Amino acid sequence: MLFRKGNWNFVRNIVFVDKNRQKYKLVASIFSPRRMGMRLRTFIIRRALLMIPTLIGVTLLIFAITQMFTPEQRAASFLSGEPRRPDVIPRIIQTHHLDDPIYIQYYHWMSRVLQGDLGFSSYSHLPVLASLLQATPATIELVMFAIPITIIMGVYLGVVSAVHRDTIIDHATRFLSIIGWSLPTFWLALILLAIFYGQLNWVSAGRLSFEQMRFVASESFTKYTGIYTIDGILNGQLWITLDALKHLILPVITLTIVQIALIVRVMRSSMLEALGKGYTILARAKGLSDDQVVNKHARRNALIPIATLSGILAAGMLTGVVITETCFNYMGLGHFAANAAMQLDIPGVLGFSLFTGIVFVIANLLVDIIYVFLDPRMRLG
Amino acid sequence: MDVTEFKKSMAPTIKELKFTIGRIKRSPLSIIGVAILTFYVLVALLAPVLAPPNPRDAYIMPHSSWDPIPRPPSPEHIFGTTYQQYDIYYGCIWGTRTAFRIGFLVVLTVLAIGLLIGSISGYYGGIIDELLMRFTDIIYAFPGLILAMALVIALGRGLDNVLLALVLVGWPTYCRVIRGEVMRVKQEDYVEAAKAMGCSDFRVIVRHILPNAIYPILIMASLNIGSVVLTAAALSFLGLGSGPSYADWGQLVANSRDYITGNYGNMFAYVHAFTIPSIFIFTFVLGWNLVGDAFRDILDPTIRRR
Repeated sequence: MLFRKGNWNFVRNIVFVDKNRQKYKLVASIFSPRRMGMRLRTFIIRRALLMIPTLIGVTLLIFAITQMFTPEQRAASFLSGEPRRPDVIPRIIQTHHLDDPIYIQYYHWMSRVLQGDLGFSSYSHLPVLASLLQATPATIELVMFAIPITIIMGVYLGVVSAVHRDTIIDHATRFLSIIGWSLPTFWLALILLAIFYGQLNWVSAGRLSFEQMRFVASESFTKYTGIYTIDGILNGQLWITLDALKHLILPVITLTIVQIALIVRVMRSSMLEALGKGYTILARAKGLSDDQVVNKHARRNALIPIATLSGILAAGMLTGVVITETCFNYMGLGHFAANAAMQLDIPGVLGFSLFTGIVFVIANLLVDIIYVFLDPRMRLG
Repeated sequence: MDVTEFKKSMAPTIKELKFTIGRIKRSPLSIIGVAILTFYVLVALLAPVLAPPNPRDAYIMPHSSWDPIPRPPSPEHIFGTTYQQYDIYYGCIWGTRTAFRIGFLVVLTVLAIGLLIGSISGYYGGIIDELLMRFTDIIYAFPGLILAMALVIALGRGLDNVLLALVLVGWPTYCRVIRGEVMRVKQEDYVEAAKAMGCSDFRVIVRHILPNAIYPILIMASLNIGSVVLTAAALSFLGLGSGPSYADWGQLVANSRDYITGNYGNMFAYVHAFTIPSIFIFTFVLGWNLVGDAFRDILDPTIRRR
């Protein structure tokens, strides 16, 4: 008996020691600043280095597009304030090396880009970079509201659709999200505009109403960020914030309806997969309520693919922004790009493309880094 | 081969076909999608009957005057007219052919390029693969519409240049997906077996790998036709399309862009001018999306029997 007991304890000790060691290892790998830091730092550095060829490629692509124009057409982007006399063009071609071999041209073009000189926009009568930077806060404001709303609603609808698989709720959700995906953005925007701005006269098009616009332009209002909802709070002028929010409602609804299908579709299929996994069945077998199984066990695991979608979602948003901002006369990046395109403002459109390309590459880097933090499997390698 | 033997050999194919038709019948969404697409195919085929073609060029919309104000539906123009009196009914009917041309031409070209480069890159790997991946990274750095916009600006306005731009923007995606599928199938035992039997690389790729890799790509293509038509319409709306007289749905909307909210007191005076062509765009894209979405579940051999 004693021997047996001792034997049993001995075995149990081994098991426990071993388990503790493993636990200790696991804890160490998560919390040890040295190991964690090293691995993340090498990952980030490697990922950042991989970004450089892509960035160079992005500039090469835009440069290749500029090469489709004749030197005379390209010279037009250097005309800013000067009087437009015919003898100006040959001089510009000479001073800016527009007739030289391609690699020399690329060198000069690249050095101008690195100095922030993207040419002069004939649409906005400003240097391209200046007009882009001027328009950026408006787009950030729009996307800042549209992306979280799209994700939250999309995840909710996707979960509901998966939980009620093959019922009328599922069919309705999928059908509605496919309808949103198929709607031409401009028509949705125009019809909302005609109803709410034209007929009901809720608010005017643009970012702010006339009175608020004048106040924002006056000296008693400081533009800290250029994002009016935030600036209104910082200045203690809540009526500006409220007015900006009112003007945001319809553009945000437009963007959300068009983009939500993507999230719903991915969330539904990843939720269906999670609901069929062993841990969900175990949770049900333990007798947990349906809500707990869905919310705590299945949904958390199903959320991981959504993080990878954020790049595609951001691309969709930027595409949607071009049309939405144009329709609602909302003075952001998309509005600038669309109007530059309509007026064949070549430096404007190419500068905008280069700008979005670079912002995108950097954003994707950030997404990858955040993804590593989110997914423990990636973090522990 | 006599008839009974032929029947015997065809039996599994017929059984699968029956199963597929049964699945389609049970899925209401795919029936709606197929119905919509059938309608559009009929409209495209019967266009000369539905709207007698313009003797100069069938794709140029006839117009009676240069009056800039869109007119509401009337007996002569049952959908009304746009800016400069282009007949919306005529534009919608002949625009169906334009929409099919945009969708098929772009997607088939992109599919062909993708199959060629994607399968070579996936099968052989090496330097082609590396170059392709870096190149797709660069294209992926731009949202599609924005790069297409820049390309159309550089190539010049017009529908042909819109199509070219959409092909240039679209092919890397297909290459990447096809490459991934080829790399997955390449490791299967039957490919090894085919190689061991002395099949040439060409035969291995065309007869053994591609038939097993093609389903996800075909489904992607059918979903893509809709989004290509949408993007082309968006570019037309931005004024980069074919010019005001060409029968193209996006162009019809663009024609009336300056007449959106109507005049004071009657805000919906011109609503027909952008709504009717938009409904055509919307239902066309919806049809392709419904069919693609339903066929994803039905045709994919790995999940169809679940």
